[in-house]
Amino acid sequence: MYDYFQSLLGPEWGYLAAVVLHILLLVVVVLVALAFLLYFDRKVWAAVMMRKGPNVVGPFGLLQSFADFFKFALKEPIIPAGADKIVFMLAPLISFILAMAAWAVIPVAPGWEVSDINVGILYIFAISSLAVYGIIMGGWASNSKYPFLASLRSAAQMVSYEVSIGFVIITVILMAGSLNLGDIVEAQAGGFWNWYFIPLFPMFIVFFVSALAETNRPPFDLPEAESELVAGYQIEYSSTPYLLFMIGEYTAIVLMCALLTTLFMGGWYAPLPVLDVLPGVVWFSIKVVFFFFLFAMVKAIVPRYRYDQLMRLGWKIFLPLSLGFVMIQAIVLAVI
Amino acid sequence: MLWTTIAFWVFASFAVLFAFGVIAARNPVHSVLFLIATFFQAAGLFVLLGAEFLALILVVVYVGAVAVLFLFVVMMLDVDFAELKRGALQYVPVGGLVGLLFLAELVLVVGTVGLDPAIGNVTVEPVPNPTEVSNIAALGYILYTDYIYLFQAAGMILLLAMIGAIVLTLRHKPHVRRQNIDAQVNRRPEDAIEVVKVKPGQGI
Repeated sequence: MYDYFQSLLGPEWGYLAAVVLHILLLVVVVLVALAFLLYFDRKVWAAVMMRKGPNVVGPFGLLQSFADFFKFALKEPIIPAGADKIVFMLAPLISFILAMAAWAVIPVAPGWEVSDINVGILYIFAISSLAVYGIIMGGWASNSKYPFLASLRSAAQMVSYEVSIGFVIITVILMAGSLNLGDIVEAQAGGFWNWYFIPLFPMFIVFFVSALAETNRPPFDLPEAESELVAGYQIEYSSTPYLLFMIGEYTAIVLMCALLTTLFMGGWYAPLPVLDVLPGVVWFSIKVVFFFFLFAMVKAIVPRYRYDQLMRLGWKIFLPLSLGFVMIQAIVLAVI
Repeated sequence: MLWTTIAFWVFASFAVLFAFGVIAARNPVHSVLFLIATFFQAAGLFVLLGAEFLALILVVVYVGAVAVLFLFVVMMLDVDFAELKRGALQYVPVGGLVGLLFLAELVLVVGTVGLDPAIGNVTVEPVPNPTEVSNIAALGYILYTDYIYLFQAAGMILLLAMIGAIVLTLRHKPHVRRQNIDAQVNRRPEDAIEVVKVKPGQGI
């Protein structure tokens, strides 16, 4: 694609056109996939509760997410009189843009990422550490007690779990010897027994749970705990701004699934080398959907944590565990 | 080259603009948000220089952690900053002096290159060739070989500062009820409830 555009428009403009097209394509694919994943999420949740779930719009309710989209987009956005208008509108944009930006380096199949940078994993870590700003700004700008309390809570929560996510990422980097996501996947080539979830099993679990906390998914959805904080930092948001918050949140969840796939489940590789006849993108999608299914099941099964339990889990259990594992692994790798 | 030049001017001009916003904004929260935006532009400039590791560390450490703390403190403080700023004019001489000092230093640095072009031409060859080694690997080689003691010392100082802060703020109040997580987790239904068969009309 890049060569074609560069031959058509010259090296500089052609490159720009190709990159813009690539980004647009990625955004559209992620958003459409998200619409169906949302539907899938609700169906799984419904099935666990022995309900039917969405089944009215389109065949089997498949178009439910699109109906929701139009409902949100066509409603009137309400900005509270006491709100800080610019920051109020900026907050949902930031959480949406950041969630989308992180997809730039995810290797869906060999060479398919928008930007193949050497520090891909660090880039994702940096972007996901910024996601907290969308929430803090939204909570503060609403100029209301509940959103503010919720945003403080969630900021503390996301900052705490980022620490253990960082250590887990270090263990993967130590195994692969590279910060490039493509290289990390390449290092897991050749069958599921080479995937990192086996040697790094405790870290795999820590990462999964931390990913739940980092994306404010149940059982760690304290930022929006509807039974105590009404709807957390989103109370004052309506219409499209709310939609952006929600899409941003779900994009971050799918991103975490993609990251789990890349770091621990061999990315685009098939579980058995024989099965590599299917293209990499198919395997990648299957794994992402599998992790999304796990996320949905956790949401349906596990009750919400209390806030002090959440903090205890993050700082007193996950942090020492992951730090200890980094040390042990470094020693083991040095000895081998 | 074209895009690099455009990107440089965009990042540089926005960095200056946002930096001005930091001191000009009336609301302290806006100031911190401008500061964050400025960090971002600086990170962009680092990327243009080919120092992508530094750029991302800048984002992770300053934007992701330090600025969040700033924002926390500023949001929760109930200080009337407009009141504080009223007397700000009396500090103009001191501030101006510091500003002039920095300006003079900048002029000196740029001026020496202008006066003697030979200084500007001295280019130091980086030890591992940047085209062969990625910049994290290069940083790693330097930090863990030549500067290992300094690096470890820096780590120790930071650890000490952290422990110091914890010790200073740690207070044990003797009569406060605390949670005992082990006791809570190990609690069984048999310990907590007693099933009694009550005969009608008798009570317990």
